[in-house]
Amino acid sequence: MPTDPPLAPPPRPIDLFLAYAKAALLGFGGANVWCRRVIVEERRWLSERDYAEVLGIGQVLPGPNVGNASVMIGRRFCGLAGAVAATLGLYGPPLALLMVFAFAWDRLSGVPLVAGFMHGVAAAAAGMVIGNAARQASRLGLAWELMALLLLAAVAAAFLGVPLLLIVAILGPAGIAAVVWRGRQPA
Amino acid sequence: MIEPSAGELLLFFARLSLLAVGGANAAVPEMHRRMVDDYGWVTDAEFANAYALANAAPGPNVLVVALLGLRLAGPWGLVAATIGMLGPALAVAWVAGGWTQRLAGRPWLRAARAGLVPVAIGLSLATGVVMTGVSAVSAASYAVTAAAALFVWRSHRTPAWALLGGGLVGMLLF
Repeated sequence: MPTDPPLAPPPRPIDLFLAYAKAALLGFGGANVWCRRVIVEERRWLSERDYAEVLGIGQVLPGPNVGNASVMIGRRFCGLAGAVAATLGLYGPPLALLMVFAFAWDRLSGVPLVAGFMHGVAAAAAGMVIGNAARQASRLGLAWELMALLLLAAVAAAFLGVPLLLIVAILGPAGIAAVVWRGRQPA
Repeated sequence: MIEPSAGELLLFFARLSLLAVGGANAAVPEMHRRMVDDYGWVTDAEFANAYALANAAPGPNVLVVALLGLRLAGPWGLVAATIGMLGPALAVAWVAGGWTQRLAGRPWLRAARAGLVPVAIGLSLATGVVMTGVSAVSAASYAVTAAAALFVWRSHRTPAWALLGGGLVGMLLF
């Protein structure tokens, strides 16, 4: 596992707003990839492990995972002001841009080059999400049993059509059990 | 076509918000079933269009609800749908964030946090796989997806290059 460089000083609310706005505005194919990149690799406010754990909690809570994570990360650094700043950064600017996008799309979707470009971006965005998951897993250096649970969750959701509630309810406790079991293994 | 009021949209999405365990994408099939089949608010094609647009635009894909709200009830529909979908879930996250901070350091919470990591990464991997199928228009799409995945995994450069590259290849091939 690569050793993380030391963390940067904690952010102020304005820093959180700007970081989340940047991540969201770059966030083709969903904001998750970019939020992790900006917060862990660029600003270095959280370690890889810390971020993955916050996102894991965001996953079992209802609602958008990155939104849940933005509230919890904002709260941890700056309380209510931080939670509001991070969430506004995450949703405000992209919402404005989406309106422009929808307006332009109504006019440009018939142009073949534009349609081709968007198809290519969509295909690359799918690959980006897969590559981000692979990067996260390899940087964390997960034990084999956690790796197996990761792949099981992916297969169940992507190919077997298992409801997400069921996946979280079964594989979540399995992951916790695996961590406890590993903790009791002789080193 | 039945036109819901902004208030109806607020209630509809607020309920959906609390059902969306596993992420906002998890709520999309349920959203589709209710809005198209049960209530007849939008047609299948309108729904698919809005979803594709929210996916193609930068930013969280959950903002598809803003587009649907705008189509159905104008600017107030946009506000109602967005607040309805985000508000309840983020309030829960606020409370949960407080608990995890207060209880940090307890061994069982450490185990719980670490144990949820594989599920979180696995589900995000699944999202990528599903997006691959949705975005594919020809065999070349899969090649673009595979190249982008490899680039983001192995390279330290910004993933924006993968998106730009995919777009340029798309202009030539699709």
